[in-house]
Amino acid sequence: MSWAETLRTALDAVRAHRLRSALTMLGIVIGISSVIVTVGLGQGAQQQVRDQIDALGSNLLIVSPGSSTDDSGTRGGFGSATTLTLADADALADPEVAPDIAAVAPVSSSNASLTAGSTNWSTRLVGATPEWPSVRARELTAGRFFTAEEMAGAASVVVLAPDTAAELFTVGSPLGQSVTVGGRSLTVIGVLASSGATEVSASEDDQALVPMTTAQQITGASADSVSTIYVEAQSADWLSAAFQEITSTLSTRHGITEEADFTVSTQESLVETANSTNKTMTVLLAGVAAISLLVGGIGVMNIMLVSVSERIKEIGLRKALGATPAVIRRQFLTEASILGLAGGAFGVLIGAIVARMLPGLIDQPVSISPTATVLALVVALAIGVGFGVHPASRAAALAPIDALRSE
Amino acid sequence: MSGHPVIELDDVRKVYSTGAGEVAAVDGISTRVEQGEYVAIIGPSGSGKSSLMNILGCLDVPTSGTCLIDGQDVTRLDEPQLAHLRNRVIGFVFQQFHLLPGMSALRNVELPLVYAGASAAERRERAERALARVGLKDRGGHRPGELSGGQQQRVAVARALVTDPALLLADEPTGNLDSTSTADVLALFRELHAQGRTIVLITHEPDVAAEADRVLTIRDGRLSEVALR
Repeated sequence: MSWAETLRTALDAVRAHRLRSALTMLGIVIGISSVIVTVGLGQGAQQQVRDQIDALGSNLLIVSPGSSTDDSGTRGGFGSATTLTLADADALADPEVAPDIAAVAPVSSSNASLTAGSTNWSTRLVGATPEWPSVRARELTAGRFFTAEEMAGAASVVVLAPDTAAELFTVGSPLGQSVTVGGRSLTVIGVLASSGATEVSASEDDQALVPMTTAQQITGASADSVSTIYVEAQSADWLSAAFQEITSTLSTRHGITEEADFTVSTQESLVETANSTNKTMTVLLAGVAAISLLVGGIGVMNIMLVSVSERIKEIGLRKALGATPAVIRRQFLTEASILGLAGGAFGVLIGAIVARMLPGLIDQPVSISPTATVLALVVALAIGVGFGVHPASRAAALAPIDALRSE
Repeated sequence: MSGHPVIELDDVRKVYSTGAGEVAAVDGISTRVEQGEYVAIIGPSGSGKSSLMNILGCLDVPTSGTCLIDGQDVTRLDEPQLAHLRNRVIGFVFQQFHLLPGMSALRNVELPLVYAGASAAERRERAERALARVGLKDRGGHRPGELSGGQQQRVAVARALVTDPALLLADEPTGNLDSTSTADVLALFRELHAQGRTIVLITHEPDVAAEADRVLTIRDGRLSEVALR
C-alpha cells in the first residue's frame, strides 16, 4: 500500500470524526501555542535587554573601583574605595599606552540636592569630562555639553538629564535657567536626550552633569579620585583588546601583582545578568508548556485507543481484504501523526496570533522565533507518533475473525 | 489456471480451550472443492460452520491437519503471508456486508486492490468493471447508507470479485436480506458460477443451500455429503 494511499485513508478517518479529531488536537494546540508564546516572551525580553544595552553603546567598558585592603587590614568590597584617579583616566587615554581605546570619560558621582526657584530635587550629581557624551553615546535635545575650557575653569554650568529637567522645570525651557547645588549657582546649558533604556539603567535619565572640576569644588572631594571610568573601545570587535590594555595599564600603575583593586565590566556582562533572570522565567513557563504537551499526547493516545476499539469491525474487514498487520499499524500511526501535526500547526497559528496581540495588552515584547516554530511542529509530530505507537500496535495485533464477529 | 483443487482439507481440526476443557469446533474434516464448483455448507448454529469458514477464508489456521487453499498450505504461513493470500485468492461476502460507511461504493470496491498495490487508474477501471458486473454501474458514487440492503450486498460481491479471486467465499450472504434481494443475490451467484467461478456458500437456510450444485452438511464439527438433488 503506497504512502499516498495510507495518507488518504488516514485523512478520511480524521475527517469522518471531525469533532473528536478536533478535541483530540486541542491538548496539542494548547501545548504548542503556549510553547510558542513562552519562547516568544523569553526572546522578546532578551531582545529588549539587548536593545537597551546597545543604546548605551555596545563598545563600552566600565572600570569601577574594586575590592581593596586598607592599612588596618580591613577588606572592602566592590566600590567601597576610591582607588581610581584622574591620572588613571589620562593614562588610559594615551594612544601609545592603549591603542585600542578610542576615548575615556572618567566620572565622579555623588548625591546632591538641586534647587531651581522653589522646586528642589535630589539626584545624582556627576562630575564629567567633555568626552562624556561621545563615550556614553548620548545626545542632547537642547543646548550643548560643556567644553574643555569650562572644564579647566571649573565653570558654573550644568547639563541636565531629561527626567531631572522635567522635575525641576515644569514650565518653559530650562536652558539659561539657574540651578543651585550646595550653595553654588549653576547655569543650565544643555538637556540630554533620553537614553532609550527603560530597565537596565533607569537612572541614566535622572542625573545632573557638571564639569569634574566644578563637582570637586561643590562636594569638596579629593581633587584626584574618580568613581568610574567609562572607556570606549575603537570598535565592538576590539573590546577584549581594550579590556587587556585597561587591566595591564591599571595593574602597572597601581603596582598590583595579585588581586586587582578595580573591576572592568562590559555591556556583555550586563546582558548576561539580565538574561539569566529571563531564562529562569522562560524555563518555568516552558515547564508548564511541556506538561500541557504531555497531557495533549496522552489525549491523543486515549482517543486513538477508543478509535481502535470502535473501529474493530473496520480493522477486521481491512485485514480480511488483505491488509497486513504492518499496513494497519502504519494507517493508525499516520492518523495519530496527522492529529499531532495538525494540532501543532493550529498551535503555531494561535501562538502567533496571541504573540501579536500580547504586546498591546501586557506591554511585553514577544518575538516569534522560526527555530522554535519548526521545533514545535517536530515535537507535535513526535507526540503524535510516540503516543500513537501503542494504539496502532493494538490495532495491528487484532485477529481478523474476532474483529469481524464483533457487533 | 492450474489443475489443483481450490480447497483441499485433510483431517482438519480446530480446537478451542474453554473453561470447561477443550472443544473441537472442527473435528477432523477432509474434503476437496474443485475449480468451478458451487458448494453450499449448511449447518445449524454451533455446528462449527463459522470455524470452518474462518479456516477456508484464511482468517484462522487449523490446530492440526493440512489445509491447502489454491495449492498453498495455510498452516505454514505467517500473518502477513495469510493477509497476502486472502487478498489474492479469496473474495469475501459477509452477512453484515461490511462496507465502510465513509466511502463511496466505488472506493469500497477498490479497497482490496489498494492492498494489492494496484495503481489508482487500474483500481478505478477494475472497480468500475466489477460494479457493472453486479448491475450497479451508475451507483459507484453513492455511499453504502444511500443504497438498499440488496444493493449493498451486490457492492460487497463486486468487492469480492474485483481481485478476480480463485474462491468466492460467502458467509450467510442472504442472512440480512428480504426475499426479493435474496433471490437477486442468489441469481447473481448462479450467473457467476455459470461463468466458471468457484463459490463456497455457508448458510443455515436449506432453500439457499439448494441453489448450489453440491451441499455439505456440518454437524458437531464433522462434515457429511448430502445426496445431489
